[in-house]
Amino acid sequence: MLAGIFVILLFYVLGEAAAWLIGGLVPGSVLGMVLLFVALCLKIVKADTVRPAARWLCDNMGLFFLPAGVGIVNALDILSSNWEAILTACVVSTVAVIITVATIQEAFEKRRAAAQNQQTPQNPER
Amino acid sequence: MNTLLNSEIFILMLTLAVYLVAVWLYRSTRLPLLHPLLVSIPVLALVIHLLGISYESFRHGSHIIDFLLGPTVVALGYLLYEQREHLKANSVSILTSVFVGSLIGIVSVVLIARWFGANHELVASLEPKSVTTPIAMSIAERSGGIPAIAAVVVIVVGIFGGIVGPFILNRLGIRSSIARGLALGSAAHGLGTARAMELGAIEGAISGLAIGVMGIMTAILVPVVEKLLELL
Repeated sequence: MLAGIFVILLFYVLGEAAAWLIGGLVPGSVLGMVLLFVALCLKIVKADTVRPAARWLCDNMGLFFLPAGVGIVNALDILSSNWEAILTACVVSTVAVIITVATIQEAFEKRRAAAQNQQTPQNPER
Repeated sequence: MNTLLNSEIFILMLTLAVYLVAVWLYRSTRLPLLHPLLVSIPVLALVIHLLGISYESFRHGSHIIDFLLGPTVVALGYLLYEQREHLKANSVSILTSVFVGSLIGIVSVVLIARWFGANHELVASLEPKSVTTPIAMSIAERSGGIPAIAAVVVIVVGIFGGIVGPFILNRLGIRSSIARGLALGSAAHGLGTARAMELGAIEGAISGLAIGVMGIMTAILVPVVEKLLELL
């Protein structure tokens, strides 16, 4: 567990350093996440080392939002005076994301299936 | 007495107590609207107010919990690694569809919110609305938004996406398990994944993968979109 915590903090630091290098455009934690993923794929870091700590953090993440989330009490006037904007933007945008992602992914799969069909016309399965 | 109430020990204990009760309530009812955060945020805010604890001492007392948000985002890299086989098998289609989805998600939310006259602070808080909460909060903070608004909006969007998602997918006639899981995870993060798991094992796994990919894409695209919209 401790070694896993160390690895996660190490990659957090590396991510923050990378964020600083690119002028802070992307949060350091997100870059740390990408670096950890790459290190795991390249077997620089063993999955067994990070698993317990990573699982513990991800399983309990709801708790970690609470302190900042309570800050919503300071933003209630922003929410109440802009609720139409928030509601419309979020509903339209969420539906748009679902439609876009599903349609593009399925189009790719259909094209791939069609290509396979052409390559093996004697195979009646597809 | 007041010193004890404002102490780090009491505030940590109180935060954990409220959270545990909210999680218990959610697990025993399974109602999406009783999401632990939607219950614990107002309850905790109310309890703090009633006990006369200032928001500043609450933030100070709970900063250890707050700190864990960053490491949690890094730890999501491990969850992404667990789904790497699914990513490898469909990398081009997954990266393309989530990239376009993320872009359309950000642009649409920014344009609509601006059209209603929302200020930069609010727009920046809405930009990461489809991304998992810890990543959304860091994106919002980085681009000048309010992390608390991002957190609440993200959870409500997740509940909404998890409920309407399967209807939209059926309406569109999307049959592919990968496309269904990917769409739910991209639009509604963990709450979409919970729903995707009910649809099937592949849907659930792909949806979990989509959370990480969507988070990374959105973190990269938000500053790009901001720069592009400045030019307009």
